[in-house]
Amino acid sequence: MKLSKLTTALTASALALVLSSNSFGADITLLNVSYDPTRELYQEYNNAFAKYWKAKTGDNVSVKASHGGSGKQARSIIDGLEADVATLALAADIDAVHDKANLIPADWQSRLKQNSSPYTSTIVLLVRKGNPKNIKDWSDLVKPGVAVITPNPKTSGGARWNYLAAWGYALKNNNNDQSKAQEFVSKLYVNVPVLDSGARGSTVTFSERGIGDVLITWENEAYLVKKEFGDDKFDIVFPSISILAEPPVAVIDKYVDKHGTRKVAEAYLEYLYSPEGQEIAAKNFYRPSDAKVAKKYEKQFKKLDLSITIDKTFGGWAKTQKAHFADGGVFDQIYTRK
Amino acid sequence: MSSFKAHSVLPGFNLALGFTLLYLSLIVLIPLSSLFFKTATLGWGGFYDVATSDRVLASLRVTFTTSFVAAIVNALFGLIVAWVLVRYKFPGKRIIDALVDLPFALPTAVAGITLATLYAPNGWLGQYFAAQDIKVAYTPLGIVVALTFIGLPFVVRTVQPVLADVEAEVEEAAASLGAGRWDVFRRVIFPAIFPALLTGFSLAFARAIGEYGSVIFIAGNMPYISEISPLLIVAKLEQYDYAGATAIAVIMLLLSFSLLLAINALQWWSSNRGAR
Repeated sequence: MKLSKLTTALTASALALVLSSNSFGADITLLNVSYDPTRELYQEYNNAFAKYWKAKTGDNVSVKASHGGSGKQARSIIDGLEADVATLALAADIDAVHDKANLIPADWQSRLKQNSSPYTSTIVLLVRKGNPKNIKDWSDLVKPGVAVITPNPKTSGGARWNYLAAWGYALKNNNNDQSKAQEFVSKLYVNVPVLDSGARGSTVTFSERGIGDVLITWENEAYLVKKEFGDDKFDIVFPSISILAEPPVAVIDKYVDKHGTRKVAEAYLEYLYSPEGQEIAAKNFYRPSDAKVAKKYEKQFKKLDLSITIDKTFGGWAKTQKAHFADGGVFDQIYTRK
Repeated sequence: MSSFKAHSVLPGFNLALGFTLLYLSLIVLIPLSSLFFKTATLGWGGFYDVATSDRVLASLRVTFTTSFVAAIVNALFGLIVAWVLVRYKFPGKRIIDALVDLPFALPTAVAGITLATLYAPNGWLGQYFAAQDIKVAYTPLGIVVALTFIGLPFVVRTVQPVLADVEAEVEEAAASLGAGRWDVFRRVIFPAIFPALLTGFSLAFARAIGEYGSVIFIAGNMPYISEISPLLIVAKLEQYDYAGATAIAVIMLLLSFSLLLAINALQWWSSNRGAR
């Protein structure tokens, strides 16, 4: 822990050095601190943005991206990693950047369109080829004899979306009865044989170790697995209803002002909403918000009932985090000793 | 004060002692004390709540028992490896000698992923265990496997030089005085290497307690069954509960420290007995 803190501090100061020495030139460096599955997305987007910015202003911008677990990345920023922008898995992690370190204003999420989420995603089910256990919907995950792979929501941001999607499904099918929902989710976790600490870990457990009948995962991760292992190994099952996952983006005010990079950092995030940015997101299996691009990729993104949302169904992240995932919360109660 | 300072023939005692204290403070004491300071923000009540919560106690039990079992396994088999490396000459000995250090060099996450791949029910080794209805990966047994892997060099490398120093003449003398092979080992060799073996054991044990990277991939991480304390620390950090996380760390530290102290006392006692 200490060492990683030191290294982040060192990287940050090295970065600051680079930035200050270049502030008069036309070379700009941005640091985008992001989460795990966006690696491929931002690799492509960073090049596209550099080209766009060069054409527009003549400046050379090189964007460095750091990837890791969403919560860990937020902690690095809080502990002093001087990120210009944060693009994380859930709003709660960017909220923490305000709450714990006050690097951004409280109303950060209203500064950009669609809750500052240029692209969205959802949670789907990945099963083995031919769907041998005949899994069609969330209700099939609580059946005896079905092994479900999902990471620990206390250590993984993605796993929180999984958990909440299942909870939302149970609410909708039980007239919003919270205790029925808890019962449903408890039964689901009885079927979980391995709780990995992160989303990628669960993907590996399911796809490479051959454990479990169904993997609950991000839609983009499910497509990525199919791409990686070939179409003949896995099938994607779209449940009757799922959650609208909004991975938000934000400029880290304190650091862009310190680096003098506010203008380019803001443009970097805004360009995500442009047709080109949206197209890159769609190509990487994130659902675009732009209507035209969405139309173009209609075939790829199955129309789903995504009426479960963190704000409408659960009353926002702060409340959800406290009720479900804090120590002693609902998730811990599911795992009390029997 | 003068009685405090032991006179030595070697010069530079003050400088060396000063340097030692400064170095230890920088590298060990300051980081550790910051751990205690952070924990102190919880207050006694908060610390007590963390220390006695079911989940934490269960994870400590998992961590310490698996570490202990792994250290025992290493003490036994590490001793045999050291014995073979010291006492016999055979082709490829150098390579085997170098292999022993490999667990030090390999990133622990890589070790964990490799072991999980091997021991998963569809893995090279795991399939044979699975056929016998034994699950290795994703159970506490898997944790022991990972911890045994990372702890092996400690025992071999501490026992090896000591064993090499036990002169063959002593054994020959014992044999000529009528001691059987077992007696020679029990009365001559074992007492000589026992302190080193204990040191190796305690190093492997201490290393295993703090291990995170390799265990996390093979443990399955089920609460109360295969969830290790370092994972709970990470879970607390995910909730920005720094004080709670350091509290678990402090508990682990105190437990490890008292165990190591006990082992040291045992070592001191055994070497004193040997001196008689």
